[in-house]
Amino acid sequence: MTRLSKIILIGVFISLCFVFSGFAEPQKTMSVQVKEGQLRSVPSFLGKIIANPSYGDRVAIIEDQGAWKKVAIGGVQGWMHATALTTKTIVLKAGTQNVRTSATGGELALAGKGFSEEVEKQYKNLNHNLDYAWVDRMEKFQVSPEQMQAFLKQGNVVPAEGGAQ
Amino acid sequence: MRKLLHLLCLPLLAALALASCQTMESATTLATAIGQGAGVISGSQAESIRKTAAAVSRSAEEFTPEQEYYIGRSVGAVVLAKYRAHETSQVNQYVNVLGQTLAQASDLPVIFGGYHFLVLNSDDINAFATPSGLVFVTRGLLRCCRNEDALAAVLAHEIGHIELRHGMQAIQKARVTEALTTIATEGAKTFGSREVAALTQTFGGTITDITNTMINKGYARSSEYEADRAAVALLRRVGYNPNGLVEMLTAMKKNLKAGGLDFAKTHPAPDDRIAEIEKGGLKYAAVQAPAVRQNRFQQALGEI
Repeated sequence: MTRLSKIILIGVFISLCFVFSGFAEPQKTMSVQVKEGQLRSVPSFLGKIIANPSYGDRVAIIEDQGAWKKVAIGGVQGWMHATALTTKTIVLKAGTQNVRTSATGGELALAGKGFSEEVEKQYKNLNHNLDYAWVDRMEKFQVSPEQMQAFLKQGNVVPAEGGAQ
Repeated sequence: MRKLLHLLCLPLLAALALASCQTMESATTLATAIGQGAGVISGSQAESIRKTAAAVSRSAEEFTPEQEYYIGRSVGAVVLAKYRAHETSQVNQYVNVLGQTLAQASDLPVIFGGYHFLVLNSDDINAFATPSGLVFVTRGLLRCCRNEDALAAVLAHEIGHIELRHGMQAIQKARVTEALTTIATEGAKTFGSREVAALTQTFGGTITDITNTMINKGYARSSEYEADRAAVALLRRVGYNPNGLVEMLTAMKKNLKAGGLDFAKTHPAPDDRIAEIEKGGLKYAAVQAPAVRQNRFQQALGEI
């Protein structure tokens, strides 16, 4: 084997390692895909909320436990429900606090695009008969996990086997 | 030696090709933009190239949770233009505690803007669920519920439609492609008023697709049975008697008016739904709700 062949062979080997490590590497970060995320102290909806990461925030995944993921963000560790997270990247427009973004396939891209608050406003202007006031009022109906727990207990609602989350 | 090198290179090339598939579409968009910029291809040609590239890969799944949220808000606003809200806070409070408790135990407990429930002031027997988690139930449908387990069944069925994404699936395929293509191809620059107008038109079409199916035509029978199955599973998981669904459907059968524009038009007949639920292995036994549960149910619904 010539010296040149050896160099090429080593080069190919290193390239292969690089390419395949890219595929094999587990997903280490995810994005928050809800308006206001809830980072809890324990993997349960009854766990104390210790932080509220926003739509698009990236969190580092530490471990999985059923439908819950232990994550770290900004030096704080806690648990988030898996359905609040996505493997897609959500890129917010720099400097904006609101959650206007849009999708381009696998990557969620720049802010201010797509079906957004702005499009809703235009649509509303064209359709005066639509009732957004009650939609806004509905969104204010909030029930805490503690209220839910008390409701189930008071009504003696108990699963025959297993348990509600 | 050469053969060995060739053999080693093959998987490398295959791996690189695989990795590049994911970026194929953005590469097409970029190449098209360059071609257009260089004056090699015209604007309309560029448009058609982009559309062809996009058409093969667009599905309603690609709307972001946030876009789904805005779609849902407007679908809700359409429902509220057709039906007025029942303003009594007592019953809305109760329906929200029950509904949100069920939603949190569902397979999709966390969604962009959360689950919210509202009673509609109508004698029609009807219920709607927007893709974003807004659930509407008419007074007419509440009257088909004799206990909390039956009301839980109604709400669990609607939550089933949301977690199974039936609303988003009602958007026409061509509309999905049109919407996502407009958004993607304008990605590099700021939207001007012309683009916003075009997007608003597509948005309106999307809302019409969903509300036409939800309010006028109804989902496929198979989707209704699927939502019933999801409801039975959720009721069991939380601790409600799934026979509440059977009892509600039995009462609904008596209350439905032939030729009505509500569930009579958009849902399979109650008997067919009961038969399908029983096929799933549920044996009917009357719901025996504890007194404390029955009392709070009657108190909350009052003279509904």
